Amino acid sequence: MNVVESIERSVIQTEDLQFYYNTHHALKNINLKFEEKKITALIGPSGCGKSTFLRTMNRMNDLIPGVRTEGAIWIGNENITEPSIDPVELRKKVGMVFQHASVFPFSIYENIAYGPRTHGERNKKVLDEIVEENLRAAALWDEVKDHLDHPATGLSGGQQQRLTIARTLATKPEILLMDEPTSALDPISTAKVEDLIRTLKERYTIIIVTHNMQQAARISDFTAFFLNGEVKEYGQTATLFTNPLFSETKDYIAGKFG
Amino acid sequence: MSAKTKDRLATAGLYVIVGIIITVLAGLLGFVFVKGIPQLSWQFITTPPQIFKEGGGVGPQLFNSFYLLVLTLMIAVPIAIGAGIYLAEYARDHWIIRCIRVLIEVLSSLPSIVVGLFGFLFFVLYMGWGFSILSGAFALSLFNLPLLVRVVEQSICNIPKSQREAGWALGFSKWETITTIILPAALPGIVTGVILASGRVFGEAAALIYTAGMSTPIIDFTNWNPLSPTSPLNPFRPAETLAVHIWKINGEGIMPDAAAISDGAAALLIISILFFNFTSRFIGNWMFKKMGAN
Repeated sequence: MNVVESIERSVIQTEDLQFYYNTHHALKNINLKFEEKKITALIGPSGCGKSTFLRTMNRMNDLIPGVRTEGAIWIGNENITEPSIDPVELRKKVGMVFQHASVFPFSIYENIAYGPRTHGERNKKVLDEIVEENLRAAALWDEVKDHLDHPATGLSGGQQQRLTIARTLATKPEILLMDEPTSALDPISTAKVEDLIRTLKERYTIIIVTHNMQQAARISDFTAFFLNGEVKEYGQTATLFTNPLFSETKDYIAGKFG
Repeated sequence: MSAKTKDRLATAGLYVIVGIIITVLAGLLGFVFVKGIPQLSWQFITTPPQIFKEGGGVGPQLFNSFYLLVLTLMIAVPIAIGAGIYLAEYARDHWIIRCIRVLIEVLSSLPSIVVGLFGFLFFVLYMGWGFSILSGAFALSLFNLPLLVRVVEQSICNIPKSQREAGWALGFSKWETITTIILPAALPGIVTGVILASGRVFGEAAALIYTAGMSTPIIDFTNWNPLSPTSPLNPFRPAETLAVHIWKINGEGIMPDAAAISDGAAALLIISILFFNFTSRFIGNWMFKKMGAN
């Protein structure tokens, strides 16, 4: 694995990270740094551990019985694998967007206001502002501003995915984890979500798992190629795609396996 | 036989089965309504029964049925929701949990008369509550808990895992995710379960004969102090429900119009259950919409 020398300010850094599902060693010796306000794509064949890795960074894996994490994940100067770290607080700072837009069966407004309200914001005016600000940030405001009270389940797939992004932004995260956010969308919706991800880079550090090579090439600054639970290659996207160090990377990008 | 013919035959078969069910149901309801509805009048549903004369009503029995229903739900629903949440969200696969599930199955198949006799021994005699609405409500809670617990657990399990993950990923604790996302989404299913249980409470007679009793003392509908012995709200008074009343006058009614009263009461019972079903559904939908729109 080549170390990315060009990373100046890393917000997340993993140190010999190991992860086990019972006896299955799913992540082996992951040492990665993620640069602030950049997009890093995680690519690799199914079952290579990229989603598992994504989920160690907001400790979503904690909810699965029989898992074990070793090593460290530094976010700022905290090792978030420590038991003393409250995963609920962590997840406010490290937001996550899923493959299937799981909007809540409530109104559009309520989908956004839910997080801030549950976290203690009761002022209606403030909530109105939060809803507008985050819908604008997710490039959805113009499409839904006249029917905020409509059920969110009535939106199109692409709109629902942008709504879940807006919902995640409303909890004011610093880091956004995205697990194949466009794989269930049509090409037009995908393009809109990709545009959105690109604009979000100005404010957030984004790590995105994708099966779509073109997407990784289009939107990411850095790419990590996972294979069998290890990071096979990590580098700037332009370099990794045009001039990969390993034949496995080259074959995977070319679509020969995975 | 070609696949197409088979398909047609199967479709026709299913229509016939549905037709039979609908005919039986319509026949039953029609019979009860045709015989019973002519007996219904304002006076019938508000006045107390007569023992020797014609023209008695079922007012107190109707009230008792509703009051017992409310008390039963007040006891059973919170327990069922708690148990359902536990089984659906917290219980790990463990032999104790499997035992609990088997016990719930067994409890749900207990004959209601057995539940009634247990209620008689435990609530009426041991706890010393006598024949009372409270004894009846506890016996019926016991009777309906297995059904309610299973319905709540099922409704919660039917909410996709992605909704839970979405809640966790937004920094909600497990409890916040359950109360603010899972329960509202599961509400329509839970309401359906409560309706089913309500129907059983309303129609139950055997479990009440030995617990809530077969008589109603003279009650004064202007006295709403729950501690007063003549108040309809007093939970420690005996309370014959509509279903028990029907059973009783068919067996030992000595008023000349016993058959007519029984028909009227049966119609009233079914109308009440239908009314309760529709309002519960309406309330469930309304709550669901309100949570989404406020």
